[in-house]
Amino acid sequence: MNISWFIVVSAFVFCIGAAGVLTRRNPLVILLCLELMLNAANLALIGFSRMHGNGDGQVFAIIVMVVAACEVTVGLGVIVAMYRRRVPIDADELRELHG
Amino acid sequence: MAEVFFFIAAFFVFGGAIGVVGLRNPFYNVLALVTHLFGLAGMFLLLRAQFVAAAQVVVYAGAVMVLYVFVVAYVGGQDEPLSVSTGRGNRALAVLFAGALLVELCVAILGSGLEALDSDGAGVAANDPNGFGTPGYIGSLLLTKFLFAFEAASILLLIAAVGAVVLARRRGGVGTLDEQRRISVSDLLAPIGTGTMAEAASGHVGTPALEAEGERTEGEPVKVTGW
Repeated sequence: MNISWFIVVSAFVFCIGAAGVLTRRNPLVILLCLELMLNAANLALIGFSRMHGNGDGQVFAIIVMVVAACEVTVGLGVIVAMYRRRVPIDADELRELHG
Repeated sequence: MAEVFFFIAAFFVFGGAIGVVGLRNPFYNVLALVTHLFGLAGMFLLLRAQFVAAAQVVVYAGAVMVLYVFVVAYVGGQDEPLSVSTGRGNRALAVLFAGALLVELCVAILGSGLEALDSDGAGVAANDPNGFGTPGYIGSLLLTKFLFAFEAASILLLIAAVGAVVLARRRGGVGTLDEQRRISVSDLLAPIGTGTMAEAASGHVGTPALEAEGERTEGEPVKVTGW
């Protein structure tokens, strides 16, 4: 398989994730779409790692996974705190900083 | 053979991704992301990243998604109304933006002139002596060349765990700090067993005023005040 196939799949998934972040309003789903974008970046990293025959890209992908896990933990903590405070879980309703 | 496997994996990857964006129930979104992650792990296997594929399945599809499922179950996955109140213009604009991003990325990939993109990748033999992508290979890289990133990632994980606990803890729930029981000197001076079930069983009422009264009839429930 040519490496370019994997890179194109990665580009498609990244754009699907970007569209999801922009259209969805539930913060949980926005986090899921962020995961989608991070995974697309991981696929590109591993594809380029294979292209060069060098393992550095794979280590980079693992570090990206670690950062994604941290982001999910803190993001879900924020969502649970929002739920406890009876703040509506909707990105459109959260406009207190709107000015 | 690799082509067949690639297209099966791509089917799962795209199906999962579209499911994450398109389905309305957050619970189904999470399940679609799990499908997506399994497809992606298959692609990692095709790219000879065995360890990353295994970590993807175990850590992502296993642990992180379970966390998501629990939060969806706790918060209660409300369906989003299909008609967006803020207008369809936003949605059309978002799709337009994503399409423009895709065109841009495709132009960047095809116009990059990287000739190696049209190859199967640099020479990594099927039985590479270094073991490209195996746990041993990744481990030796992590502990030699990328030791600092490895340690920084561990500290980052610790900070994130502490931060999540602080963010999601219950504030002002059962009682504030002032109402909580404070340790005083009388606690230490009182005989062992004061205020416990054992004392009640041996006939002590526990309240000095009631004990001094001593006139209550047998079987009458002790009136306990001041919960």
